[in-house]
Amino acid sequence: MAYNFKNEMCKPERLTGGHRMCAGCGAPVAVRGVLRALKEGDQAVIGNATGCLEVSTFMYPYTAWKDSYIHSAFENAGATISGVEAAYNAKKKRGKLDDTYKFIAFGGDGGTYDIGFQSLSGAMERGHDMVYVCYDNGAYMNTGIQRSSATPKFADTTTSPAGTEIPGKSQNRKDLADIMAAHNIPYVGQTTFLKNFKDLHEKSEKAIYTEGAAFLNVLAPCPRGWRYDESELMEICRLAVETCYWPLFEVINGEWKLSYKPKNKLPIEDFLRPQGRFKHIFKPGNEYMIKDIQEEVDRKWDQLLKKCGEL
Amino acid sequence: MTIRDRLSGNEAVAIAMKQINPDVMPAFPITPSTEIPQYFSQYVANGEVDTVFIPVESEHSAMSACIGSEGAGARTFTATSSCGLALMHEMLYVASSSRLPITLACVNRALTGPININNDHSDSMGSRDAGWIQIYSENNQEAYDNFIQAVRIAEHKDVMLPAMVCQDGFITSHAVENIELIEDEKVKAFVGEYEPEEFLLKSDSSIAIGPYDTANFYIEHKKQQAEAMVNVKAVALEVAAEFEKMTGRKYGLFETYKLEDADTALVIINSSAGTAKDAIDTLRAEGKKVGLLKIRLFRPFPKEEIAEALKHVKAIAVMDKCEGFSAAGGPLFAEVRSALYDLNEKPMTVNYIYGLGGRDVKTTDIESVYSDLDVIVESGKAGDTYRYLGVRE
Repeated sequence: MAYNFKNEMCKPERLTGGHRMCAGCGAPVAVRGVLRALKEGDQAVIGNATGCLEVSTFMYPYTAWKDSYIHSAFENAGATISGVEAAYNAKKKRGKLDDTYKFIAFGGDGGTYDIGFQSLSGAMERGHDMVYVCYDNGAYMNTGIQRSSATPKFADTTTSPAGTEIPGKSQNRKDLADIMAAHNIPYVGQTTFLKNFKDLHEKSEKAIYTEGAAFLNVLAPCPRGWRYDESELMEICRLAVETCYWPLFEVINGEWKLSYKPKNKLPIEDFLRPQGRFKHIFKPGNEYMIKDIQEEVDRKWDQLLKKCGEL
Repeated sequence: MTIRDRLSGNEAVAIAMKQINPDVMPAFPITPSTEIPQYFSQYVANGEVDTVFIPVESEHSAMSACIGSEGAGARTFTATSSCGLALMHEMLYVASSSRLPITLACVNRALTGPININNDHSDSMGSRDAGWIQIYSENNQEAYDNFIQAVRIAEHKDVMLPAMVCQDGFITSHAVENIELIEDEKVKAFVGEYEPEEFLLKSDSSIAIGPYDTANFYIEHKKQQAEAMVNVKAVALEVAAEFEKMTGRKYGLFETYKLEDADTALVIINSSAGTAKDAIDTLRAEGKKVGLLKIRLFRPFPKEEIAEALKHVKAIAVMDKCEGFSAAGGPLFAEVRSALYDLNEKPMTVNYIYGLGGRDVKTTDIESVYSDLDVIVESGKAGDTYRYLGVRE
């Protein structure tokens, strides 16, 4: 059935309101978007790495999750959910379970790119029938905006502060979707919130209903860490896509496919300017920083176009 | 009919696991416990069990997968040693606080620093406050019997705590000894099915595991967890009584050997108890009243029963195969001595750190400890309570 925004929005929420995530945060938008792709009869077990999402949605004795949910630690959402999936297979094999369950783990970029990287890699390599969703907000936001390997170059964070000698983070960000694709898993998707959420929905659906391990990288901005106006979440995501900072693509059984090609690729300043974390790079004398970021975006974009057969 | 066989301690535990046929087994190899997942994955490959084996990429992930699996309502086992247990450390607390009765075969090995693959108890002693039941085993027979009993104890509704069954790396894990195995169907019937009240995959209901627990609730949850540990003693004895009915082999909270009329005694853990028993026989033949108390249940620590069993002894040597770096003695010493504190007449108690990193402990070493205890009894002075056995100076 073709995607219908209105129908999707009328589905009962599987992450209910009342949780304590900030206004303008991308994480719960990502979660609800992914979970909407579950067929209504299908049950799910959600795994969650320690982070904002976990501490804000499951504070004893309240939970915002309609499905079964497990959090155990920061660095092991991949391993934890793989244990749940193994239990499901064991019960199925022994005829102790009739229902269909899907297994979805959520982690921020800290729990995914960094401390949880090994656990994620192991789970993907073993090929558990699961989806790992990274809600990438480009820093350790839960502990107070420290840099991660997903933080873009020159961003001002509390452990890569923009100082008089060092102008923010010194390194470019790690390309996790690329690394996950190198695991030769059947499905990798990179997406964010755009227009009517069609891209997020369709990729989530493919990730959930592709047999085997799947990985989704969802850009999920953080108004505290990025310092943008809460109402601008959708606009920030649009600019990330239109500047090719965050390209939308998928890798299906090793085949790279571009999901969206901007008609007029916007300059990277358009994405950077509304964000307080890049304020210092717009000061006179720092033009080289913008140029540096633009060059990296262009280089990665060209690389992607080649992989997708668009060049 | 019991089955007589000759097995190593690792193989004995692997066979116990095979007979129970758990739902899930996540494991990562580490010397000297590696053989357990090796044997077990062969059982899986040959269809002798229908367990889902997860060859995880680390022990941290092994314990994480155990937590996911047991939380999903599946009986889950794993095995590890040394640094593997240390790498699991964070997750051991999550398993116990989530009240997940995972059973772990711990094959004791020294912790790295420097690296050493041989036996001591620094690994499991390092986990002693993680909220896990700890059961220690002198030989392969006990490792096998204890593993089967541990599953029942851990999963008991009044307990619901994870358990680790410890044996000495190489000394019993790799040495082949005679063993009596129980028939498969009897083991299965004894252990029964794992039927938790709540779990992730319960049809038509959902639960959430692992909340953010604020100061409003955390201490109440810890108290509940502590109460479950208090319940273990009674359950362990109940399970042991049933086990004795089935096998004729008797287990308690600890074992005593010629302790009833002893003037001097050792408190000791795992395989060295066998060496000590041999030394005791020699000394008894010379007319010396020597005995020992061998720890079986270390967590929970049966302090009243231990004090009762030792109260008549004049001098005690508590043997720690583990340093605690408290500069005041090892962990077993601290616990035993604390247990004796409530006695009106306290035995004199000294501590020996021994056997670290696999240093051999011979009957003559044990005999020298009893001689030291004689000196203490004769002089009426304990002297230095923090001692090392068999160290080159």
